Amino acid sequence: MSDEESVQGSHSDPNLDVEDDGSTTPASYLLGLGVAIILTLASFGAALTHLVWGPGLPILLAVLAIAQMGVHLVFFMHVNATEEGENTVLALGFGIFIVFLVVFGSIVIMNNLSGFMPSMDQLMKMQR
Amino acid sequence: MSGAARAILLDSHGNPIPLSERGPASTWSMISFGFWLFLLSDIVIFASLFATYAVLSNSTAGGPTGHDIFDLKNVFIETCCLLASSFTCGLMLIAAERRQLRNFYLWAVVTWVLGAAFIGLEVTEFSDLVARGAGPTHSAFLSAFFTLVGTHGCHVSAGLLWLLVMAAQVATLGLRTTVVRRLFCFSLFWHALDLVWIGVFTIVYLGSNVHV
Repeated sequence: MSDEESVQGSHSDPNLDVEDDGSTTPASYLLGLGVAIILTLASFGAALTHLVWGPGLPILLAVLAIAQMGVHLVFFMHVNATEEGENTVLALGFGIFIVFLVVFGSIVIMNNLSGFMPSMDQLMKMQR
Repeated sequence: MSGAARAILLDSHGNPIPLSERGPASTWSMISFGFWLFLLSDIVIFASLFATYAVLSNSTAGGPTGHDIFDLKNVFIETCCLLASSFTCGLMLIAAERRQLRNFYLWAVVTWVLGAAFIGLEVTEFSDLVARGAGPTHSAFLSAFFTLVGTHGCHVSAGLLWLLVMAAQVATLGLRTTVVRRLFCFSLFWHALDLVWIGVFTIVYLGSNVHV
């Protein structure tokens, strides 16, 4: 099929409701890329230099990562709060809930378990 | 949303039609929502692998720790490759939606090459680790590391294969509606992989450099 024919075909198709709300422009991708680059450099910079107070570093890295994920969702994946995007946001909220449940649940439970675990020499005594 | 699409949502008196009376959703919104659900379930898989890694990251069994074996310069280049390919993937989708065939091919090639460079760097890193005796069988920490990062690498490789298939479809079928829809799904998949990589480089690689 030639290029011209495919263009004609696209106009007669009523299902082609490509988001035409101005969010899919190179400018929005450029803005997203710019912010993502800044956040990436900040993450690597904070981890590789000693400019940030040590105990605060994990929190800063987590904040930078979550911010960058938000930038990707909004500028690259076009998650938005319009009526059309409502279901997407609801599903995303549920997904984030499951992710936190799995990750933090595992960490808390496994830390608790290893806290109750007797040390190796205690285990040896028990076996005698 | 365009004016034509908005007009459908109003009845003859200009009142908004309730969501339950609008009839079936458009193919486009059904496909993008269904694919979105697939991506979220994929992210839940990654969440369980992240949880495994977080639990086992200190179980080095006397072997090397993350701080000993990770080369953060390599990771930074990998991150740049993936971020840039995410951006060019967006430009590829815009070109496809505007039916600009030549721009589509240009950005598809750039996206593929950047993704392949990422995979190349990761394979080099893995084979280097195995050659140094820090393979996945060495400790629970290394098993968790290879599983998490390897699963992400498998996804990127599958994405590269998918992009080849899409380029073949564009070459044979042209940029018709169904093909553009599939390209839209591909771009969501590719951006989601970059999203997961943010977690990987923060928790696995930069986390190894944190001493509390």
